[in-house]
Parts: sequence; structure tokens; C-alpha cells
Amino acid sequence: MFAFVLRRIGQSLFVMLVVAIIAFSMFRFVGDPVHNMVGQQTSMEDREKLREALGLNDPFYVQFYKFIKNAVKGDFGVSYRHGRPASEIIAERLPATLELSLVAVLFALCVGIPMGVYTGIKKDSILSKFFLTTSLIGVSMPVFLIGILMIWIFAVELHWLPPFGRGDVVELGKYWSTGFLTISGLKALILPAITLGLFQMTLIMRLVRSEMLEVLRTDYIKFARARGLKNSAIYFGHALKNTLLPVITITGLQIGTIIAFAIITETVFNWPGMGQLFIQAINNVDIPIMAAYLMLVSLIFVIINLIVDALYFWVDPRLKTGNVVARST
Amino acid sequence: MTEALLKVENLSIAFKSRHGELTAVDNISFEMAPGEILGVVGESGAGKSLTGSALTGLLEKPGFIKSGQILFENRRIDNLPYEQMRRLRGLKIGAIFQDPLTSLNPLYTVGFHLVETIMTHLPMNQAKAKDHAIRLLTEVGIPAPEKRFEQYPHQFSGGMRQRVVIALAICANPKLIIADEPTTALDVSVQAQILRLLKTMSKEHGAAIMLITHDMGVIAETADRVSVMYAGRIAEIGPVASVIKNPQHPYTQGLMAAIPIIGHQAERLAQIDGAMPRLNAIPTGCSFNPRCPKVFERCYHDRPDLMTAQDSLAACWLHDKTR
Ligand SMILES: Nc1ncnc2c1ncn2[C@@H]1O[C@H](COP(=O)(O)OP(=O)(O)O)[C@@H](O)[C@H]1O
Ligand code: SF4
Ligand SMILES: [Mg+2]
Repeated sequence: MFAFVLRRIGQSLFVMLVVAIIAFSMFRFVGDPVHNMVGQQTSMEDREKLREALGLNDPFYVQFYKFIKNAVKGDFGVSYRHGRPASEIIAERLPATLELSLVAVLFALCVGIPMGVYTGIKKDSILSKFFLTTSLIGVSMPVFLIGILMIWIFAVELHWLPPFGRGDVVELGKYWSTGFLTISGLKALILPAITLGLFQMTLIMRLVRSEMLEVLRTDYIKFARARGLKNSAIYFGHALKNTLLPVITITGLQIGTIIAFAIITETVFNWPGMGQLFIQAINNVDIPIMAAYLMLVSLIFVIINLIVDALYFWVDPRLKTGNVVARST
Repeated sequence: MTEALLKVENLSIAFKSRHGELTAVDNISFEMAPGEILGVVGESGAGKSLTGSALTGLLEKPGFIKSGQILFENRRIDNLPYEQMRRLRGLKIGAIFQDPLTSLNPLYTVGFHLVETIMTHLPMNQAKAKDHAIRLLTEVGIPAPEKRFEQYPHQFSGGMRQRVVIALAICANPKLIIADEPTTALDVSVQAQILRLLKTMSKEHGAAIMLITHDMGVIAETADRVSVMYAGRIAEIGPVASVIKNPQHPYTQGLMAAIPIIGHQAERLAQIDGAMPRLNAIPTGCSFNPRCPKVFERCYHDRPDLMTAQDSLAACWLHDKTR
């Protein structure tokens, strides 16, 4: 098991290294940093001096080493556009994106799992068929269209919820601004979070449903019935727990996707998060911001993957003893 | 015979399919006395498992009880609402299935399985239930029960798991246990131990056991009476000794001849030619008529019911006294 942990950490470091190379290459090959920093009038000589001062003439590996050293400290340089450290700007935007993603994931889980269980147990009921059909429509619509529809119905027509923005936020300490503590902040979260998590919600519902159907056919469920257990114990104690492993995997993978896809939702809802910042950075070729964003998102990916692995060990006792047997058929 | 524990009367089980109804168990009747071990033997597809599922109220769709009734302790149980039948399961009627490897949930400890079953049926708190569980584990012959209580199914061998399954079935002292091929999936060496354990449990707890198997040898060693099933019907039912020594139905006679006799391994076994008919192609008259060496005219037109044949009952016109 120790070897397993080491291997996973090694893999994570490798992934981070690859992303670092990509981010670093952007600095070198996309646009000219000096060009981005100086005005039109600067002479070739001054530019060359600046180039030397920035270390841009050093060999590749020296520059890369410096890049990594700074990146570990969270230093990605100064934003070309804003003239402030990129990491500082990202940090300001991080809470908005994380809170939105968190609510989206909670929505996907808290609605997707019960609906999956229901449609798995009552597979022939009319409500199940309704859920499955509507979820199919939800899956096949692009995110921005869902977002626009939501805004149109719930903000423009019904006036229930705000069409854009984060509402009022409260500063928690120096680094975190939260929308969880005000009514307008919570209201503002609803539409973008549903838009962002809708696809994952239907994905989890379908996954739980198909896993439930499979698990309910197993011998241990038959035997649980023969032992006279209550239906609630059979469905939630025995069946649901066995569907959790794939749900954990998919949820883990999808958290990354949600954070990445926040780019679209944030743009539609004018949500002041990292995704919106990233789109602006692309338009401005603001490499430090892009690099910092890429590194941060991949770090989140890697950390979530490690957590998923840990949860596996927690849920499935067969892994703890190192005696991994194929799932019972 | 004392007052019957279980009475099955004219039970038929059918499946709804696109081609109409298929009758898989056709009008069977039998009784079980308290504490008795009734063997149910027959080829695969004879309807043994379906009969067992009907008794526990666990027939799976699209199967359903088409007609007849099941009386348990003189109370009709075939038409009970789900919740009432659930209370009976495990408490009064236990069940054991073929594959001990897959009968336990891999994510829960053996102790969890036991405690949850005990607390479902008996008024015990967690601590009492645990004591009871450990007593049960000891009783079914699991060494170091305290330690085993904490372990997961995958840490048990097949035979040990089947012992756990038996412990689970007898948690609440049921009066009837349906054991569907309880040893088929086990090593030959372990089979005998498990059968002996079942027999002991039946004696000590006064539980009747319906022992379903396709192995006549298992029946010979364990059961008091045996019911031979063929194509959804009972071909012959009677005390084990007389059915084995003196089978009355031509099908049973064929089965007995097919039991390997030690020392005669090399000889080709006397097999019954042909195969059991499919559900949608059961011949009119006696369903055994295409394979029966003693078939005669009447067998093609009339279907025989069970009739007295020496110490047993056999569904065969050869025993028709009015003939
Ligand atoms: N779900 C089902 N649909 C249709 N036929 C079934 C179904 N389950 C069992 N049967 C049929 O019922 C008959 C009896 O099955 P079963 O009781 O399992 O036999 P046994 O246990 O004696 O081997 C078989 O012919 C089988 O094909
Ligand atoms: S009734 Fe006829 S066909 Fe059927 S077993 Fe008896 S002799 Fe054979
Ligand atoms: Mg069977």
C-alpha cells in the first residue's frame, strides 16, 4: 500500500511537471514578453538589455529551473495587462470560481444520487421515465444555451433570480470573499450553479441508476431480501454503498471538468471568477495569468485525484488488505 | 405424521412472455413436517428453485403464482402483502443460496451482516446482538469467532463463508430453511462438512429444511424424505430409503441407475436417453413419455397425478389401481 501511495504521488508530480513545461513554453513561444512589456518607442538596444535582465537569453534549462523555483513559491510574474503579480489576481478570483464549482458539485450529487436511486428502484414508474427523458434533453443542450434559457426564464421573465454577477460578497480575512453569507449572494449562485452542474447531475443520475440496477441483481441483495431486511436497509445500506465506487471516480473526474467548464458559465453569467479572467487573459495574450491559471487548475485536478484514491480505500475494505478480487458478478 | 409445518397445495408458477404464459411449476402439492429434511431433486430447469422462491415470497418477475396456495403453520402465506412476508423471511423462513462467495456484501464485515439480521428480527440492542452473533459463529464451527466477527467476506474461504451464510439463516431460529443447492459451488471435501452442519442445525434448532439439489448422493446422506421433480411436476415423493432402494417412477428408476457405483467406474452409466422438454414443448399426457422405457398408450393422452406406489407417491399410470 505504501508503494501504491508513492506511485500515485510520483504520477501526480509528473503530471504537474508536464503542465509546467507547457506553461513555461507559452512564455517562450507565444508572443514576445519584452514586446508585451515595453512601449512602441523603445529602441532595439533597450529591448536587448531588458531581455538580458529578464534572463531571457539564458539557456533553456536555466530558465525552466527558475520558472519552477518561482512557480513553487506561487510567483508567475507580473500580469502584462494589470501590472500586478498574476498570482495575486488569480487569488482574488479563486473564491468566486471555487464557490460556484462547489455548489455545482453539491447540486449534481444531492440531486443526481437520489434521482439515480429512485429511477433504479422504480424503474418502470412514470416519474422515472420522465426523469430519464428530461435528463436526455438536458445532456444534449450546450451549456451556454442552458445558461441563456435559465436567465431568460428565471431572471428576465419571472424576476426570481439575478441574471448575472455574484451579488453582495463578504470578505473573510484577507484572501477569501464569500457569497454564502448574504441573501443576494446565495440567490446569485443558484442559476450559474445549476447551469454548471446540470450535465454532471444527469451523468451521476444515470450512473447511479445503472449501477443500482446491476447491484440489485446480485446474489448478496437476493440473500439480503431472504434475510428479511427492510427495503431501506437493502437499498441504502447494501445497494447504494456498492454503487459509490464508480460515483466517487466520476465525481472526482467531473470536479475538474466543472472547474474547467466554469469558463463558459462564468462568461454567460458575467461571474467574476478565474474562468472569466482566463478568457480575458487569452484575448490580451496575458501569459503570466494564463500560466498561473493552468498550473492552479492542474494542481486542483491532481489533488482531487489523490482524494479519490483515498476515498476508494475508505469505501472498499478489499483494497486495505491488498487482496483485490474482481467485483462479484 | 404430526401437524404439518408447511402445506403446498396445487401450486402452479408461470411466466408471462410474449408468446403467452409458460407454466414452469405445474400443480404440485406436498407437505413438510416440523424438523423434517425434505430433499428436492431433479435436473436443471425442473422447477426446484422456483418452488423455493415461492415459499420465501421471492419469486422474481415476470414469474408469478398462477394458482394454488401455500400454508405455513396453518396460515396462508402466498398472498401476504410484501411487508408481512418480509417479517416472516429470516424470522420464520430462512434461505440459503448456492454461492456463498457472492451471498455476502463485500463492503460489510461478517459481524455487520449478523448484527443487522439479528436486530431486524429480534428485540436486541447492538451489544446483545453482537454476543448472539458470536455465539452463532461458534455454533456453525468458525474458529476465533471474535476475530472473525470483524473481518470482511473476502477474508473467508468458500466453506467458511457458507458457514456464515448458515449462521445468518438461523439467526432468529426459523422453523423452515430453504437451502437451494447449498453445496454445489463448494469443494467436494467441504461439501460433506456443510451438509453435516445443516443436519445438526436442523436437529438442534428444530428447523425443517428443504434441501434443493441435483445430486442424489447429497439427498441420500442428508434427507428424510425426497421429492423428485421433472418438468415442473413432482414425479415421485417418499421416504429416502424406499425411493432409493425401490424407486417407483420410471424417471426415478433411471436417476438411481445413473448414480455411479463405487468399483464400477469404468462401465458406462445407465443414462436416461434424451433431455427434459422445454417449457413451451411439454408433451401432452405424461411429460416423461418421450423418454420413458415403459411408456404405453394411455401415457400419450392422460396426465398422471401422484398416486400411491408402495411406500411413496408416484405420478405414473403404472401405479393406477383402477387400470
Ligand atoms: N425469468 C424467467 N423467465 C422465463 N423462464 C424462467 C425464468 N426463470 C426460470 N425460468 C424457467 O423456469 C424453469 C424452472 O427454473 P428453476 O426453478 O430455476 O429450475 P431448477 O432450479 O430446478 O434448475 C426453467 O425451465 C427456467 O427456464
Ligand atoms: S405415466 Fe407412462 S410415460 Fe409416464 S412415467 Fe409412467 S409409464 Fe412412463
Ligand atoms: Mg436452481
